[in-house]
Amino acid sequence: MASKAIVGEKVGMTQIWDEQQRAIPVTMVRVSPVRVVQVKTPETEGYSAVQVTWGHRRASTLTKAEQGHYDKAGVDPGRRLVELRIDDASGFEVGQELTADLLEAGELIDATAVSKGKGFAGGMKRHNFKGQGASHGNHKHHRAPGSIGACATPSRVFKGTRMAGRMGGEQVTTLNLEVVQADAEREIVLVKGAIPGPRGGMVILRNAIKAPVKAGKGAGK
Amino acid sequence: MKPTDIIDRDSLRDDIPEFRPGDTVKVHVRVVEGNRERIQVFQGAVIRRQGTGISETFTVRKVSFGVGVERTFPIHSPIISMTEVVTTGDVRRAKLYYLRDRHGKAAKIKERRTPKG
Repeated sequence: MASKAIVGEKVGMTQIWDEQQRAIPVTMVRVSPVRVVQVKTPETEGYSAVQVTWGHRRASTLTKAEQGHYDKAGVDPGRRLVELRIDDASGFEVGQELTADLLEAGELIDATAVSKGKGFAGGMKRHNFKGQGASHGNHKHHRAPGSIGACATPSRVFKGTRMAGRMGGEQVTTLNLEVVQADAEREIVLVKGAIPGPRGGMVILRNAIKAPVKAGKGAGK
Repeated sequence: MKPTDIIDRDSLRDDIPEFRPGDTVKVHVRVVEGNRERIQVFQGAVIRRQGTGISETFTVRKVSFGVGVERTFPIHSPIISMTEVVTTGDVRRAKLYYLRDRHGKAAKIKERRTPKG
Protein backbone atom coordinates (compact mmCIF):
# COMPACT_ATOMS: atom_id res chain seq x y z
CA MET A 1 0.00 0.00 0.00
CA ALA A 2 1.07 3.49 -0.63
CA SER A 3 2.50 5.71 2.04
CA LYS A 4 1.00 8.86 0.60
CA ALA A 5 -1.76 9.73 -1.84
CA ILE A 6 -3.69 12.70 -3.14
CA VAL A 7 -6.64 13.39 -5.41
CA GLY A 8 -6.60 15.59 -8.49
CA GLU A 9 -8.41 16.38 -11.69
CA LYS A 10 -6.93 15.60 -15.10
CA VAL A 11 -6.65 18.83 -17.07
CA GLY A 12 -4.97 17.69 -20.27
CA MET A 13 -1.65 16.97 -21.89
CA THR A 14 1.07 19.24 -23.15
CA GLN A 15 4.86 19.19 -23.34
CA ILE A 16 7.70 20.93 -21.58
CA TRP A 17 11.46 21.07 -22.11
CA ASP A 18 13.72 19.14 -19.77
CA GLU A 19 17.24 20.21 -18.74
CA GLN A 20 18.67 18.50 -21.84
CA GLN A 21 16.22 20.58 -23.86
CA ARG A 22 14.25 17.62 -25.08
CA ALA A 23 10.49 17.80 -25.27
CA ILE A 24 8.84 15.58 -22.69
CA PRO A 25 5.12 14.80 -22.78
CA VAL A 26 3.34 15.65 -19.55
CA THR A 27 -0.16 15.30 -18.18
CA MET A 28 -1.34 18.23 -16.15
CA VAL A 29 -3.27 17.34 -13.01
CA ARG A 30 -4.97 20.03 -10.98
CA VAL A 31 -4.41 19.20 -7.34
CA SER A 32 -6.38 21.72 -5.33
CA PRO A 33 -6.01 21.43 -1.57
CA VAL A 34 -7.84 18.37 -0.28
CA ARG A 35 -9.50 18.40 3.12
CA VAL A 36 -9.43 15.41 5.44
CA VAL A 37 -13.00 14.50 6.45
CA GLN A 38 -12.36 11.29 8.34
CA VAL A 39 -9.35 9.31 9.47
CA LYS A 40 -9.84 5.54 9.51
CA THR A 41 -7.60 3.47 11.76
CA PRO A 42 -7.23 -0.28 12.31
CA GLU A 43 -8.59 0.12 15.85
CA THR A 44 -11.92 1.61 14.84
CA GLU A 45 -12.57 0.70 11.18
CA GLY A 46 -10.25 -2.27 10.84
CA TYR A 47 -8.00 -0.65 8.22
CA SER A 48 -6.17 2.61 7.79
CA ALA A 49 -7.23 5.27 5.29
CA VAL A 50 -8.03 8.93 5.07
CA GLN A 51 -11.33 10.11 3.64
CA VAL A 52 -10.89 13.39 1.83
CA THR A 53 -12.78 15.86 -0.29
CA TRP A 54 -11.75 18.75 -2.51
CA GLY A 55 -13.30 21.61 -4.43
CA HIS A 56 -16.69 23.06 -3.65
CA ARG A 57 -20.29 21.82 -3.63
CA ARG A 58 -23.50 23.68 -2.87
CA ALA A 59 -24.91 22.66 0.50
CA SER A 60 -28.40 22.37 -1.01
CA THR A 61 -27.30 19.41 -3.14
CA LEU A 62 -26.22 17.35 -0.13
CA THR A 63 -28.31 14.68 1.50
CA LYS A 64 -28.94 15.01 5.25
CA ALA A 65 -26.56 12.14 5.87
CA GLU A 66 -23.75 13.79 3.89
CA GLN A 67 -24.44 17.13 5.53
CA GLY A 68 -24.17 15.52 8.94
CA HIS A 69 -20.94 13.79 8.00
CA TYR A 70 -19.36 17.05 6.85
CA ASP A 71 -20.71 18.92 9.89
CA LYS A 72 -19.21 16.36 12.24
CA ALA A 73 -15.82 16.90 10.65
CA GLY A 74 -16.30 20.66 10.47
CA VAL A 75 -15.23 20.64 6.82
CA ASP A 76 -16.80 22.47 3.85
CA PRO A 77 -18.57 20.06 1.49
CA GLY A 78 -16.48 19.19 -1.57
CA ARG A 79 -17.13 17.60 -4.96
CA ARG A 80 -17.15 14.08 -3.60
CA LEU A 81 -15.71 11.96 -0.85
CA VAL A 82 -12.71 9.83 -1.71
CA GLU A 83 -10.98 7.30 0.44
CA LEU A 84 -7.21 7.11 0.17
CA ARG A 85 -5.81 3.86 1.53
CA ILE A 86 -2.45 4.48 3.08
CA ASP A 87 -0.10 2.50 5.31
CA ASP A 88 -0.36 4.69 8.36
CA ALA A 89 -3.16 7.19 8.67
CA SER A 90 -2.42 8.06 12.31
CA GLY A 91 -0.42 11.13 11.27
CA PHE A 92 -3.50 12.78 9.77
CA GLU A 93 -6.20 14.68 11.55
CA VAL A 94 -9.69 15.74 10.52
CA GLY A 95 -9.79 19.17 8.88
CA GLN A 96 -6.16 19.00 7.78
CA GLU A 97 -5.37 20.25 4.26
CA LEU A 98 -3.09 18.43 1.85
CA THR A 99 -1.62 20.18 -1.17
CA ALA A 100 0.48 19.37 -4.21
CA ASP A 101 3.55 19.84 -1.96
CA LEU A 102 3.00 16.25 -0.89
CA LEU A 103 4.71 15.21 -4.13
CA GLU A 104 8.08 16.34 -5.38
CA ALA A 105 9.73 16.38 -8.78
CA GLY A 106 11.52 13.17 -9.74
CA GLU A 107 9.33 10.99 -7.55
CA LEU A 108 7.62 7.92 -9.04
CA ILE A 109 3.87 7.63 -8.65
CA ASP A 110 0.95 5.46 -9.70
CA ALA A 111 -2.10 7.16 -11.24
CA THR A 112 -5.54 5.59 -10.82
CA ALA A 113 -8.57 6.78 -12.78
CA VAL A 114 -11.62 5.51 -14.62
CA SER A 115 -10.69 5.01 -18.27
CA LYS A 116 -12.64 6.47 -21.18
CA GLY A 117 -15.60 4.31 -22.17
CA LYS A 118 -15.16 2.66 -25.57
CA GLY A 119 -18.66 1.15 -25.80
CA PHE A 120 -19.20 -2.30 -27.28
CA ALA A 121 -15.83 -3.06 -28.84
CA GLY A 122 -14.75 -5.97 -31.02
CA GLY A 123 -11.97 -8.43 -30.32
CA MET A 124 -9.32 -6.50 -32.23
CA LYS A 125 -9.74 -3.34 -30.20
CA ARG A 126 -10.59 -4.98 -26.88
CA HIS A 127 -8.09 -7.84 -26.74
CA ASN A 128 -5.58 -6.92 -29.46
CA PHE A 129 -6.67 -9.82 -31.67
CA LYS A 130 -5.00 -9.90 -35.06
CA GLY A 131 -8.17 -10.07 -37.12
CA GLN A 132 -8.11 -11.83 -40.46
CA GLY A 133 -6.68 -11.23 -43.87
CA ALA A 134 -7.66 -8.31 -46.02
CA SER A 135 -7.51 -10.49 -49.11
CA HIS A 136 -6.97 -14.16 -50.09
CA GLY A 137 -10.68 -14.55 -50.68
CA ASN A 138 -11.77 -13.23 -47.29
CA HIS A 139 -15.35 -12.10 -47.43
CA LYS A 140 -16.75 -9.80 -44.73
CA HIS A 141 -14.69 -11.34 -41.92
CA HIS A 142 -11.79 -8.92 -41.71
CA ARG A 143 -12.17 -8.06 -38.03
CA ALA A 144 -13.84 -11.29 -36.83
CA PRO A 145 -12.22 -13.10 -33.86
CA GLY A 146 -11.92 -16.49 -35.56
CA SER A 147 -12.49 -19.74 -33.70
CA ILE A 148 -13.71 -19.63 -30.10
CA GLY A 149 -13.24 -23.29 -29.32
CA ALA A 150 -13.30 -26.90 -30.47
CA CYS A 151 -16.18 -29.12 -31.67
CA ALA A 152 -18.10 -31.97 -29.99
CA THR A 153 -15.50 -32.07 -27.22
CA PRO A 154 -16.15 -30.02 -25.11
CA SER A 155 -19.21 -28.90 -27.14
CA ARG A 156 -19.32 -25.60 -25.26
CA VAL A 157 -17.36 -22.38 -25.13
CA PHE A 158 -15.04 -22.10 -22.14
CA LYS A 159 -15.81 -19.47 -19.58
CA GLY A 160 -13.60 -16.42 -19.81
CA THR A 161 -13.01 -16.79 -23.56
CA ARG A 162 -12.08 -13.37 -24.84
CA MET A 163 -14.76 -11.92 -27.07
CA ALA A 164 -16.31 -8.62 -28.04
CA GLY A 165 -18.04 -6.61 -25.33
CA ARG A 166 -18.05 -3.49 -23.25
CA MET A 167 -14.65 -1.85 -23.09
CA GLY A 168 -13.31 1.02 -21.02
CA GLY A 169 -15.07 2.86 -18.26
CA GLU A 170 -13.25 0.77 -15.66
CA GLN A 171 -10.67 1.64 -13.07
CA VAL A 172 -7.17 1.61 -14.50
CA THR A 173 -3.90 2.22 -12.70
CA THR A 174 -0.81 3.30 -14.60
CA LEU A 175 2.33 2.42 -12.66
CA ASN A 176 5.62 4.24 -12.21
CA LEU A 177 4.97 7.64 -13.72
CA GLU A 178 7.47 10.35 -12.93
CA VAL A 179 6.48 13.61 -11.30
CA VAL A 180 8.00 16.41 -13.36
CA GLN A 181 6.73 19.34 -11.38
CA ALA A 182 4.62 19.80 -8.26
CA ASP A 183 3.53 23.35 -7.62
CA ALA A 184 1.21 23.90 -4.67
CA GLU A 185 0.84 27.60 -5.39
CA ARG A 186 -0.61 27.04 -8.86
CA GLU A 187 -2.27 23.80 -7.69
CA ILE A 188 -0.56 21.86 -10.46
CA VAL A 189 1.20 18.54 -10.70
CA LEU A 190 2.85 17.60 -13.98
CA VAL A 191 3.27 13.87 -14.56
CA LYS A 192 5.41 12.45 -17.34
CA GLY A 193 3.34 10.43 -19.81
CA ALA A 194 -0.35 9.72 -20.08
CA ILE A 195 -2.90 9.19 -17.32
CA PRO A 196 -6.09 7.17 -17.89
CA GLY A 197 -9.45 8.83 -18.22
CA PRO A 198 -11.00 11.88 -19.83
CA ARG A 199 -10.10 15.49 -19.17
CA GLY A 200 -11.92 16.63 -16.07
CA GLY A 201 -11.89 13.13 -14.62
CA MET A 202 -10.78 12.37 -11.10
CA VAL A 203 -7.27 10.96 -10.67
CA ILE A 204 -5.74 9.47 -7.55
CA LEU A 205 -1.97 9.87 -7.36
CA ARG A 206 -0.12 7.52 -5.02
CA ASN A 207 3.56 6.95 -4.55
CA ALA A 208 4.67 3.98 -6.65
CA ILE A 209 4.21 0.59 -5.02
CA LYS A 210 6.20 -1.36 -7.62
CA ALA A 211 8.95 1.12 -8.27
CA PRO A 212 12.05 -0.42 -9.86
CA VAL A 213 14.78 -0.78 -7.24
CA LYS A 214 17.28 1.27 -9.22
CA ALA A 215 14.93 4.25 -9.34
CA GLY A 216 16.12 5.17 -5.86
CA LYS A 217 14.02 8.15 -4.90
CA GLY A 218 10.35 7.43 -4.45
CA ALA A 219 10.82 3.66 -4.28
CA GLY A 220 7.83 2.34 -2.36
CA LYS A 221 7.12 -0.81 -0.42
CA MET B 1 -7.51 29.56 -24.11
CA LYS B 2 -6.73 25.99 -23.25
CA PRO B 3 -6.44 25.03 -19.58
CA THR B 4 -2.90 23.75 -20.14
CA ASP B 5 -1.78 27.18 -21.31
CA ILE B 6 -0.62 28.20 -17.85
CA ILE B 7 2.13 25.60 -18.16
CA ASP B 8 2.92 26.32 -21.80
CA ARG B 9 3.37 30.00 -21.14
CA ASP B 10 6.62 29.28 -19.30
CA SER B 11 8.11 27.46 -22.29
CA LEU B 12 7.01 29.73 -25.13
CA ARG B 13 9.55 32.01 -26.79
CA ASP B 14 8.76 35.53 -27.82
CA ASP B 15 11.78 36.08 -30.09
CA ILE B 16 10.55 34.13 -33.11
CA PRO B 17 10.61 36.09 -36.35
CA GLU B 18 7.71 35.87 -38.74
CA PHE B 19 8.40 33.34 -41.47
CA ARG B 20 6.39 31.02 -43.65
CA PRO B 21 6.96 28.06 -45.96
CA GLY B 22 9.15 29.04 -48.89
CA ASP B 23 11.30 31.40 -46.88
CA THR B 24 14.99 30.68 -46.49
CA VAL B 25 16.08 30.76 -42.88
CA LYS B 26 19.26 30.37 -40.89
CA VAL B 27 18.66 28.35 -37.75
CA HIS B 28 21.38 28.78 -35.14
CA VAL B 29 21.39 25.52 -33.22
CA ARG B 30 23.12 25.03 -29.89
CA VAL B 31 25.26 21.90 -30.05
CA VAL B 32 26.68 20.47 -26.84
CA GLU B 33 29.88 18.48 -27.26
CA GLY B 34 31.00 17.07 -23.94
CA ASN B 35 30.88 20.13 -21.72
CA ARG B 36 31.46 22.64 -24.50
CA GLU B 37 28.66 24.35 -26.30
CA ARG B 38 28.86 25.85 -29.75
CA ILE B 39 26.50 27.23 -32.36
CA GLN B 40 25.86 25.41 -35.61
CA VAL B 41 24.00 27.14 -38.41
CA PHE B 42 21.49 25.18 -40.47
CA GLN B 43 20.43 27.16 -43.52
CA GLY B 44 17.73 26.13 -45.93
CA ALA B 45 14.18 26.55 -47.15
CA VAL B 46 11.24 26.14 -44.80
CA ILE B 47 9.10 23.44 -46.38
CA ARG B 48 6.47 23.08 -43.69
CA ARG B 49 5.08 24.58 -40.52
CA GLN B 50 2.92 22.28 -38.51
CA GLY B 51 1.07 22.28 -35.19
CA THR B 52 0.09 25.03 -32.81
CA GLY B 53 1.23 26.46 -29.53
CA ILE B 54 4.11 24.82 -27.72
CA SER B 55 4.15 21.84 -30.06
CA GLU B 56 4.47 23.81 -33.30
CA THR B 57 7.34 22.65 -35.51
CA PHE B 58 8.91 23.70 -38.78
CA THR B 59 11.04 21.77 -41.24
CA VAL B 60 14.06 23.18 -43.03
CA ARG B 61 15.41 21.52 -46.17
CA LYS B 62 18.81 22.01 -47.67
CA VAL B 63 20.89 20.16 -50.21
CA SER B 64 24.26 19.29 -48.76
CA PHE B 65 26.90 17.70 -51.06
CA GLY B 66 24.12 16.62 -53.41
CA VAL B 67 22.12 14.97 -50.62
CA GLY B 68 18.88 16.45 -49.45
CA VAL B 69 18.85 17.07 -45.68
CA GLU B 70 15.71 17.95 -43.77
CA ARG B 71 15.63 18.90 -40.15
CA THR B 72 12.52 19.51 -38.10
CA PHE B 73 12.71 21.87 -35.14
CA PRO B 74 10.13 22.59 -32.48
CA ILE B 75 9.63 26.31 -33.02
CA HIS B 76 9.86 27.07 -29.29
CA SER B 77 12.77 24.73 -28.66
CA PRO B 78 15.50 26.08 -26.38
CA ILE B 79 18.18 24.44 -28.57
CA ILE B 80 17.58 27.17 -31.14
CA SER B 81 19.61 30.18 -30.13
CA MET B 82 18.31 32.31 -32.99
CA THR B 83 16.33 32.05 -36.22
CA GLU B 84 16.97 34.57 -38.97
CA VAL B 85 15.04 34.99 -42.16
CA VAL B 86 17.41 35.31 -45.12
CA THR B 87 14.95 35.61 -48.00
CA THR B 88 11.21 35.39 -48.34
CA GLY B 89 9.87 33.00 -50.96
CA ASP B 90 6.93 33.22 -53.32
CA VAL B 91 5.11 29.90 -53.11
CA ARG B 92 1.54 28.82 -53.63
CA ARG B 93 1.19 26.07 -51.08
CA ALA B 94 1.75 25.48 -47.40
CA LYS B 95 3.68 22.22 -47.68
CA LEU B 96 6.51 22.25 -50.20
CA TYR B 97 7.05 18.50 -50.46
CA TYR B 98 7.34 18.81 -54.25
CA LEU B 99 10.85 20.19 -53.73
CA ARG B 100 12.00 16.70 -52.76
CA ASP B 101 11.48 15.48 -56.32
CA ARG B 102 13.28 18.38 -57.94
CA HIS B 103 16.97 19.10 -58.47
CA GLY B 104 18.99 22.11 -59.45
CA LYS B 105 17.23 25.02 -60.97
CA ALA B 106 13.81 23.37 -60.77
CA ALA B 107 14.10 23.30 -56.99
CA LYS B 108 14.62 27.03 -56.82
CA ILE B 109 12.01 29.08 -54.98
CA LYS B 110 11.05 32.40 -56.51
CA GLU B 111 11.73 35.34 -54.26
CA ARG B 112 8.84 37.40 -52.96
CA ARG B 113 9.59 41.09 -53.24
CA THR B 114 6.37 42.62 -52.06
CA PRO B 115 5.07 41.60 -48.69
CA LYS B 116 2.08 39.28 -48.91
CA GLY B 117 -1.03 40.17 -46.94
